[in-house]
Amino acid sequence: MSVPSPSTGRVTLRRSEEGTLVVRLAGPWRLEEGLPSVEPVQREVAAGSTRRIAFDTKDLDAWDSGLLAFVSSVSRLGRDRAVEVDRSGLPGGLQRLLSLAEAVPVKEDAAARQRTSQLVELLGEKALETHSLFVDDLRFLGELTVALGRALRGRARFRATDLALLVQQNGLEALPIVTLVTFLLGLILAFVGAVQLQTFGAAIYVADLVGVAMVRDMGALITGIIMAGRSGAAFAAQIGSMKVTQETDALTTMAISPVEFLAAPRVVALCLMMPLLTLYGDAMGILGGAFVGLTMLGISPLEYYDQTVTAISLGDLVGGVFKGSVYGVLVAIAGCLRGMQAGKSSSAVGDAATSAVVTGVVLIIVACGVFAYVFYALGL
Amino acid sequence: MEGRAAASHVPPAIAVRDLTMAYGDFELQRELSFDIGTGEIFVIMGGSGCGKSTLLRHLVGLNEPARGEVFYGAESFTRADPARRRQLIRRIGVLFQSGALWSSMTLAENVSLPLQEFTELKPAEVREVAELKLALVGLGGFEDYYPSDISGGMQKRAGLARAIALDPDILFFDEPSAGLDPLSARLLDDLILELRESLGATIVVVTHELASIFAIGTDSVFLDAETRTMIARGRPSELRDHADHERVRQFLRRGEE
Repeated sequence: MSVPSPSTGRVTLRRSEEGTLVVRLAGPWRLEEGLPSVEPVQREVAAGSTRRIAFDTKDLDAWDSGLLAFVSSVSRLGRDRAVEVDRSGLPGGLQRLLSLAEAVPVKEDAAARQRTSQLVELLGEKALETHSLFVDDLRFLGELTVALGRALRGRARFRATDLALLVQQNGLEALPIVTLVTFLLGLILAFVGAVQLQTFGAAIYVADLVGVAMVRDMGALITGIIMAGRSGAAFAAQIGSMKVTQETDALTTMAISPVEFLAAPRVVALCLMMPLLTLYGDAMGILGGAFVGLTMLGISPLEYYDQTVTAISLGDLVGGVFKGSVYGVLVAIAGCLRGMQAGKSSSAVGDAATSAVVTGVVLIIVACGVFAYVFYALGL
Repeated sequence: MEGRAAASHVPPAIAVRDLTMAYGDFELQRELSFDIGTGEIFVIMGGSGCGKSTLLRHLVGLNEPARGEVFYGAESFTRADPARRRQLIRRIGVLFQSGALWSSMTLAENVSLPLQEFTELKPAEVREVAELKLALVGLGGFEDYYPSDISGGMQKRAGLARAIALDPDILFFDEPSAGLDPLSARLLDDLILELRESLGATIVVVTHELASIFAIGTDSVFLDAETRTMIARGRPSELRDHADHERVRQFLRRGEE
């Protein structure tokens, strides 16, 4: 009934006087070497006729929390089975640790909060949660609308310096990445088009393809997605961590609405910057297409320029820029909303940033689809 | 058990009636009713996790009561509409546990913001008042530092400078001495006493620091985590010897008899 291994602790059970089970503990009892199981004791107690459990530790070498865990399971077993557990045979330090662990009773309703629920209950809870999140979203949008209305009338309660900084961070400082991505996109579009168009000897139409695609849709779409990753995540993380450090609470207790002070300038900044970034992205994309046209398809610069200018109309350009502006607002709203909804821990801030990007990209794609249909229906 | 202020004829600064605080279904504290007399230094005390800070959040409107009401003077704060709430809340200042300074602004800008929003002062005057408030808490010369450049104790003091920017009638402190060395904690206590004298403010402090409780508290409420309600009211030094509940006496004596 023992576990014979020289390097780990050993348990031997012995019956002494009437109804007493002596648990003999020997050898080193350390967590790192693994621990004997309580099962033999359980079996012995389950067999009945045990009224008292005692310990014998004469041959015990060394012990740590491993022994504590073992003895504590034996104690619990004793409580469940109404068997008296005599701890007097244990080392003094261990006895003190045990009483320390048992000093504060287990809080029953603290554990009850994590009980497992029935399927119907889970469904109901989920529905209520979704409902309250939706109400949250609406409240945020309402507050934001009021704040933006005030901003339009020049009575915004946020600082001009904050707005200027946001314009710099989300406009100027986004230029390098927008340059890189849209230039490459123009390049890729040109390659894709060239393969098809060359077979008809119509390589010059690469300029039309790249120009129209960039200006009407791709410029705004790609810039929007870049900004969702760049600014949306940043907004959510900034506002989320301000919640963690109670900075948003500090605003609230000063009768300053966090939505107005934090979200409104961000929405305004992106709404102002996205049209400019879109225009810039359009130009970079066309340059990327021209790079392919000039170097690989043998089109002259003037030809390419003429072809592009005749292909795109002012309406295309304005439509694209408008879309860009809308995407900017959507990204800013998604970022700020997720930041405001963030929980109060550092992992929650990470979740908020992730969720802001996902929400932003989804909103952009949905809006892009809606625009495509509306523009088509209107014959634009 | 009724507050000392109720005996005199000054109306209470804050009255709490049958307040129950809950997170979802979990009731943190039930049926709290007490008055905070004008000019008192009112201590909200109790063990960790009993809901002290949550009570403070209810008093300043950051959390909504599950049941019951909070009154500012004779007016219900809980039932006031948002616009009225913003007016009422302008009379208070809050010092958060970690200072909660706005990290993207310098100390002077932090203190200036409420002044810019709610006064007609010109920019130069705002700056002057902000410098003065920072000097009051011993941070003269640190106006253009960012919160991350200074120590935790200094952040707390800067938070205090911001809380008193508009000379509030009621000042709330959430664990003012948490994370401070004994000497800084003592200096902060002295500052709180000084502010009450000079500004005539009512002060509400959430703390479990015994030294602070006895040094500054003139009235208190003890929240008990086990029964989930208040089990003592009164002057902390009196409660130490005469509280009905043994847990309160033990708490106030660090468990020593």
